[in-house]
Amino acid sequence: MTAYLLKRLAIALATLLLASMVVFAVLEILPGDPARLMLGMNASADQVELLRNQMGLNAPLAWRYLHWAGGLLSLDFGRSYTYSVPVIDLVRERLAVSLPLALIALALSTIIAIPVGLFSASRRGRAGDTISMGAAQLGVAVPNFWFALMLIYVFAVWLRLVPAGGFPGWSAGIGPALKSLLLPAVALALPQAAILARVTRSALIEVLNEDYIRTARAKGLPYRTVLWRHALRNAMIPVLTILGLQFAFLLAGTIIIENVFYLPGLGRLVFQAITQRDLIVVESVVMLLVAAVIAVNLLVDLSYAVVDPRLRSRQ
Amino acid sequence: MTLHIDIPEETLSSILAKAFRNTAFVAGFVITLLILAMAIVSYAWTPYDVTKLVISDKTQAPSLAHWFGTDHFGRDILSMVMVGARNSIAVALVAVGIGMGVGVPLGAFAAARGGLVDEALMRLNDLVFAFPALLSAIMITAIFGPGAVNAIIAIGIFNIPVFARVARAGALAIWPREFILAARAAGKSSTQISIEHVLPNIATLLLVQGTIQFALGILAEAGLSYLGLGAQPPMPSWGRMLFDAQTRMVVAPWMAIFPGMAIVVAVLGLNLLGDGIADILDPKSRRQR
Repeated sequence: MTAYLLKRLAIALATLLLASMVVFAVLEILPGDPARLMLGMNASADQVELLRNQMGLNAPLAWRYLHWAGGLLSLDFGRSYTYSVPVIDLVRERLAVSLPLALIALALSTIIAIPVGLFSASRRGRAGDTISMGAAQLGVAVPNFWFALMLIYVFAVWLRLVPAGGFPGWSAGIGPALKSLLLPAVALALPQAAILARVTRSALIEVLNEDYIRTARAKGLPYRTVLWRHALRNAMIPVLTILGLQFAFLLAGTIIIENVFYLPGLGRLVFQAITQRDLIVVESVVMLLVAAVIAVNLLVDLSYAVVDPRLRSRQ
Repeated sequence: MTLHIDIPEETLSSILAKAFRNTAFVAGFVITLLILAMAIVSYAWTPYDVTKLVISDKTQAPSLAHWFGTDHFGRDILSMVMVGARNSIAVALVAVGIGMGVGVPLGAFAAARGGLVDEALMRLNDLVFAFPALLSAIMITAIFGPGAVNAIIAIGIFNIPVFARVARAGALAIWPREFILAARAAGKSSTQISIEHVLPNIATLLLVQGTIQFALGILAEAGLSYLGLGAQPPMPSWGRMLFDAQTRMVVAPWMAIFPGMAIVVAVLGLNLLGDGIADILDPKSRRQR
């Protein structure tokens, strides 16, 4: 087990290292000189050259990579070209919107999907199963940003229950802030819940066919106990895998959703930074998201061991 | 000569008979065919000309003259949905082609060689998977400029590791079989075996994954177009239509409803088709029903 975990950890670190090189290389070949961009078209060549030196853009490639990567490790991401503030401040500010949004969406999706999957699996082939899986099939096909538009139309335009977009900031109080994250979270969560419900159902059905389930039923345990304690626990591995993948998807999915709802989150920051050629922001946010994905996948690997004691004892 | 020793030989007619009893397959097949037909018909005929702006007819609600209503330039939404289908299908289909064309040989090669080659290719896969696909697609289209071709490349690149993984997993299950041993004994190279014996046996898996990626490609293209990074106006695309609709939700909700429904129906059809094919051809999933 320890060997397995160490191997996963080594792979995760190596992936992170390679990813940082890829991100650095891709942005290195991008057209556009950041110094020229900052100074505008009227600046003289000397001024641009001076700023390039100040920004360290004339240093050798390898040195610049090491400097950048070292900065990332110490959470010093450099300064944004367009906002002229440290990138870490921007990121912290935006993360305060995106992280709660992704977490609420993930929680919503899990709360909806697991019971639906359980319900469907325990009524396999019957009307309840057909209806809920039909709904899930439909949910998978719905683009979240279109669903978001429909939610805005119904709940913000028609019923006027929630704002159609924007974010008042956490300083306006938790209530209003959460209220403005509600529709985006639902829009993100429902398509994810549909996928998760399908996975939960098929994982459960696989487990329910096992002999030990029959044994548990035969010794007189109520169906409910068997379903929750025996079947669900054994069906958790595929469910956890999908949950890990969905977290990554949710973080990136916020890019479009944040644009729909005009939320000042990480996704909108990176989207604007790309169009404004604010490379240092793009590099930092992309690396942050990649690191988050790798970390979550590692956590999923670790959680297998928690869920499945067989993996713990295996050498 | 291809040997399929332990696979029960199924005749085409028995597979077809099974297919037509499978609700998901029939529904998916019909929907997919309808979407394809819509795209093809749009080359020859649309109710109105999508390039002609009729400002006097702008943002009209759905009526007998305009079934899906009109947009802010007075263009017929139904005609635009029809023409938009071309773009969605073309982008998603070529992206699947890129994914299969590169990913399947990579996956099959990894499975055939094993050892270090396999390990290296799979770690490379992990690397691509570590990048949120949508974020990278946005970066690629933003760097190389928006447009349908760059959208295809951006989506296609992320199809490669998916197909590589499926092909490898499928191939690894085939390699220990007796007929592979027989082919090896007959002196065939691993490339020959991969092409002649492994590939036909994982074709079903690839077909199912292909329909899933096709559906995901349509969703991804819509997302990119919505952000203004896909097909450029005046070429209608479903995602772009949704972007135009957003600020006009109050006055013309139909501008958002119909293109969105087109995406849902197309994706639903492809997913049903994929589920249906998997059901019909995979004995394991049949047992689970």
